[in-house]
Amino acid sequence: MTANGWIQILFFFGAIALCAKPLGVFLHRVMEGERHFLAGPLGWLERLVYRLGGVSGEEQSWRAYAGGMLAFSAFTLLVTYLIQRLQHVLPFNPQGLGAVEAGSAFNTAASFTTNTNWQGYVGEATMSYLSQMAGLAWHNFISAAAGIAIATALARGLTRKGDGSRWGTIGNFWVDLTRATVYVLLPLCLVIALLFVSQGMIQNLAPYQEVATLEGGKQVIAMGPVASQEAIKQLGTNGGGFFNANAAHPFENPNALTNFLSMFLIFLIPGALTCTFGRMAKDPKQGWALFGAMSLLFLVGAGVTYWAEADGNPILAGLPVSQPIGNMEGKESRFGVANSALYATVTTDASCGAVNSMHDSFTPLGGLVPLFNIQLGEVVFGGVGAGLYGILVMAILSVFIAGLMVGRTPEYLGKKIETREVKLAMLYALVFPLVILAFTAWASVAPYGLSSRNNEGPHGLSEILYAFTSATGNNGSAFAGISANTPFYNTALGLAMLMGRFWMIVPVLAIAGALSGKKAAPPGLGTLPTGGPLFVVLLIGVTVIVGALTFFPALALGPIVEHFLAQAGKVL
Amino acid sequence: MSEIKIALRMTIVTLVLTGLVYPLATTALAQVMFPRGAGGSLVHGGDGRVVGSELIGQPFASPRYFQPRPSAAGSGYDASASSGSNLGPTSKKLRDRIVADVERLRKENPQAAGPIPSDLVTASASGLDPHLSPAAALWQVPRVAAARGASADEVRGLVESRIEPRFLGFLGEPTVNVLLLNLDLDRRFGRRMAAD
Repeated sequence: MTANGWIQILFFFGAIALCAKPLGVFLHRVMEGERHFLAGPLGWLERLVYRLGGVSGEEQSWRAYAGGMLAFSAFTLLVTYLIQRLQHVLPFNPQGLGAVEAGSAFNTAASFTTNTNWQGYVGEATMSYLSQMAGLAWHNFISAAAGIAIATALARGLTRKGDGSRWGTIGNFWVDLTRATVYVLLPLCLVIALLFVSQGMIQNLAPYQEVATLEGGKQVIAMGPVASQEAIKQLGTNGGGFFNANAAHPFENPNALTNFLSMFLIFLIPGALTCTFGRMAKDPKQGWALFGAMSLLFLVGAGVTYWAEADGNPILAGLPVSQPIGNMEGKESRFGVANSALYATVTTDASCGAVNSMHDSFTPLGGLVPLFNIQLGEVVFGGVGAGLYGILVMAILSVFIAGLMVGRTPEYLGKKIETREVKLAMLYALVFPLVILAFTAWASVAPYGLSSRNNEGPHGLSEILYAFTSATGNNGSAFAGISANTPFYNTALGLAMLMGRFWMIVPVLAIAGALSGKKAAPPGLGTLPTGGPLFVVLLIGVTVIVGALTFFPALALGPIVEHFLAQAGKVL
Repeated sequence: MSEIKIALRMTIVTLVLTGLVYPLATTALAQVMFPRGAGGSLVHGGDGRVVGSELIGQPFASPRYFQPRPSAAGSGYDASASSGSNLGPTSKKLRDRIVADVERLRKENPQAAGPIPSDLVTASASGLDPHLSPAAALWQVPRVAAARGASADEVRGLVESRIEPRFLGFLGEPTVNVLLLNLDLDRRFGRRMAAD
């Protein structure tokens, strides 16, 4: 490890911390329909979307909100499936690529609808420019906007003055979706995309360039509208790359500046949303407590990964090779080990899944951290919106557990947490390991599951575990050696993504509805303060225990065993 | 209006706005404002024809050129099939590949000083890494100088003038662009040797 590496990590974190409040305040104004500086220049677009969409904007119950979200997701999934299947007869296909195979098209449609952006396909050899723009980047916007919408809805449920009814209203899904898209995602992306192009990220609709290399060989260079997709891929914590190598591809991430901006964009909105939540609760400390818990978990993860990777690849032991710059298999020279380790931590803390290095070739412990981060539920800043609602569910479980310890009815922001809410929160917490571990177990004993591995021994198990963890967590990064474009993996991973998204969002919206109607009581002497360091520690504890204990046996058989094998100099 | 109908209409509205208007408008603006970057940062050789992209690595096997890192993209530096090796830290395949590369590099670089810098035997993430670490470029100087009949100091000078420092002095890693360096070699010492 070098001082310069640590300076880069801390500089990145400082930038996120600085932007959390200004953007958080702006997001609050946008989502609650208050005055803000973009309402003038872009108000016409918001109104136009409502008129064309037939949106009236009345308050919805959680059932209507969830119903709208589910219907929208179903339609958009279908459209993306159809675009891929018909891309050979649609425009913007200069390479003349054929229709995407049905299983892969389903997997990809599910993947982008759920904000996972798992890539079972090779982008530059499979997807036409229309499929990339209208099939995939479109979902990058709307799945991110839906995430912001749902997080806002849950925050409303927690912070609204209830009238004592059994189920309260939580906002309007279409209004939330439109405001997040029109005022936040679109304008930011346009500016960032152009900044990216200025640094060498490509943005064209040209056919692939064929060049004669300096030594006289032939090289076919893939082209495409990359920068526009890259901007929303990072800002919306989507992560689906234009190219197979994702953000390791020099056209998708040309230099250290674009690399820094990419990581910055991943954490930007999730960091700010904690502050938005604090404003909605009319108590900024509530938001900073969440930010604090996330920050500690992030810094520990980044430090461990950096340490593991900087130490070098144990497989080189005994060879006349020097590795002062760390484990460089699967890493790009311009990023080096520090930026690769940081990127891997950021992309898995959030539900992004973009990669600038190949996690499959990380050292065992360096690869353990990304896997563990996703298994925590991606609540360390997390996905756009998904991180906030995830950590709020953990906060509800934390006050419940604290309540059990002292024998008092738990409450959060003055609202009593009762049987119904805890059941829903536990449903959210249990769906996740159930889906991951059940599918992993299945794939680990079936011949059609095992044949896709790229590595032997415990590392092969890690590849399978990572695939289902990533799919269910809607992350999308991979131990990419696994050949996931098979009928079994396309189907199983596609289902895991849909379960990991919708089986978790519906309980969240139900919690929002259940809490929205409740009257808030002023804090008493026995109330656990949820805006201070004590709560931060409790929240981290609950998050780690819910994450770690369920997955520890699987991790022990994968990366942990591999660590000891590697230290002993074994190869398989 | 029922939620289903709104969902259908919003599907179309968002598809047109974010899936077509946004990327096409970005493309138009990018083509006007930054045509070189938008088009792939193509590089021209001495005779004016395009020899590749500044950002995309290409294969070099001749001892007269600096060689790039191993590549897992297609059969090597296939710029329409980007990929890493995805071999893990206990992979026998990885160990065997590295051992073979070490032997080859030792044979090709008998005068090279010190152990081989690790980036010369590790495959990059994209398979298209256009760079080497400065150490990995400098390590190859004796071979290139001998093959070109040039002095090692002169070749080393070319490498040093191609070292790109960290952005703002602290972001990223220092690198050497292999294609640009090799073009420098051709400019200085000529593209072909008499024996070619």
